[in-house]
Amino acid sequence: MKLTLHIWRQKNPQDKGRFVTYHLDDADEDMSFLEMLDVLNQHLIEKGEEPVAFENDCREGICGMCGMMINGLAHGGMKGTTTCQLPLRHFKDGADITIEPWRSRAFPVMKDLIVDRSAFDRIIQAGGYISVNTGNAPDANTVLISRDTAELAMDYAECIGCGACVAACPNGASMLFMSAKIAHFSLLPQGQVEADKRVKAMVGQMQKEAFGACTNYTECEVACPKEISISAIARMNHDYLKAFWPGRAVGGGKHVA
Amino acid sequence: MDKSLGFYGSSVGKKMWMAVTGIIMFLFIFVHMIGNLQIYIGPEALNRYGHFLHSIPEILWPVRIILLLCVLVHIVAAVQVWLQSYGARPVKYKIKKDPAVDYAARTMVWSGPIILLFIIFHLLHLTFGSVYQLHYTANGQIDVFRNVVSGFQHPGIAIIYIVANLLLGFHLYHGLWSLFQTLGVSHPRFNHWRRIFAIIFAYAIAIGNISIPVSVWAGWVH
Repeated sequence: MKLTLHIWRQKNPQDKGRFVTYHLDDADEDMSFLEMLDVLNQHLIEKGEEPVAFENDCREGICGMCGMMINGLAHGGMKGTTTCQLPLRHFKDGADITIEPWRSRAFPVMKDLIVDRSAFDRIIQAGGYISVNTGNAPDANTVLISRDTAELAMDYAECIGCGACVAACPNGASMLFMSAKIAHFSLLPQGQVEADKRVKAMVGQMQKEAFGACTNYTECEVACPKEISISAIARMNHDYLKAFWPGRAVGGGKHVA
Repeated sequence: MDKSLGFYGSSVGKKMWMAVTGIIMFLFIFVHMIGNLQIYIGPEALNRYGHFLHSIPEILWPVRIILLLCVLVHIVAAVQVWLQSYGARPVKYKIKKDPAVDYAARTMVWSGPIILLFIIFHLLHLTFGSVYQLHYTANGQIDVFRNVVSGFQHPGIAIIYIVANLLLGFHLYHGLWSLFQTLGVSHPRFNHWRRIFAIIFAYAIAIGNISIPVSVWAGWVH
């Protein structure tokens, strides 16, 4: 199949960047989107041009590196799919495809389609640790967690930190990412001791980064390749309110029976 | 933990203040509409209600002060939250699709200020009497019914009220749903009711309020 690609090219963070149009004649509908970019890059290398820089690692939808804006939709807009898993049959033969990096002040463009998502790492770091007993592995079933709770925590833990929520949000907010991390721990008994401290610290770090503010557009939920629900954001907001509620222990301790 | 930030320091806390002040203003707007619908009972009922509201200053003034504070907090927080997002994407996308965003959510930043301007106009019109001379009854009390009817008989004023209340309906359509999410009220068992709640009350307030200028115009109330 033939494709016309309009790709954002930017040499380095200081470069202003521009769109460059490429015509690709030997794309195959069974290729993934990244395989198509590999083919393009091979042609560019053969012509002695600089290949298009993009991040990728696992190519099986779990590492969160391959995020890019494809025709105005994060990861190309196929439900629950990362760019690496996006098949070319999602597009029509002869299609015009515009490929851009995530646009966010918190995610500066490093080169072409690669952005620096360190802001996410700093939010995770601000969250700190959870208290667990060290020593031997605990006996099975000593800490009981209902199946529904475990499943819900796993749904939130699915977040791969790709940044599609920030990229898709008209406000450039990072609420879905951050809330997925917070909700995941807030559901489990192991995460309770530091629950108040964690939500305050992570929201505080989010505020220091250049992310926007949530206005409940719900664009993130649609864009998320792991289909994480905005119920995560509601849970985080609930935890935030609880952490600041008068009479809570200083430093945010909460006892679990 | 960042102790310097505090509850209001984050956009999460600001949004909660917006939600709570929004709820208070919504409750006022709802009661205000129910009270005003007494115009359909007749001039005596509406005037009696109007005089009753003004008869106890110990209640009237605290309510006015609370509402004014709510308006101020709602606006200051909205501007701060908007400014935070305004700078978050300095380089725009060439192509950006927003499949999930509805019209009401996207226009919050416009419907809000326009509603504020309308509230100022509304107070100048029927509270301060700056738009035209207010009518008084034979015993010297303010004639609420006559002021409303004569005001809405003027097409320009009626259109201002109708447009403002349409925008209020849009604002509430997003706000009344959004507040649950912001305050962390979410459960699979009742989440679909959050949208239904917002739709019912957004329509109720828009239709209830707009019905009055329309009825005056149509000559049903005179």
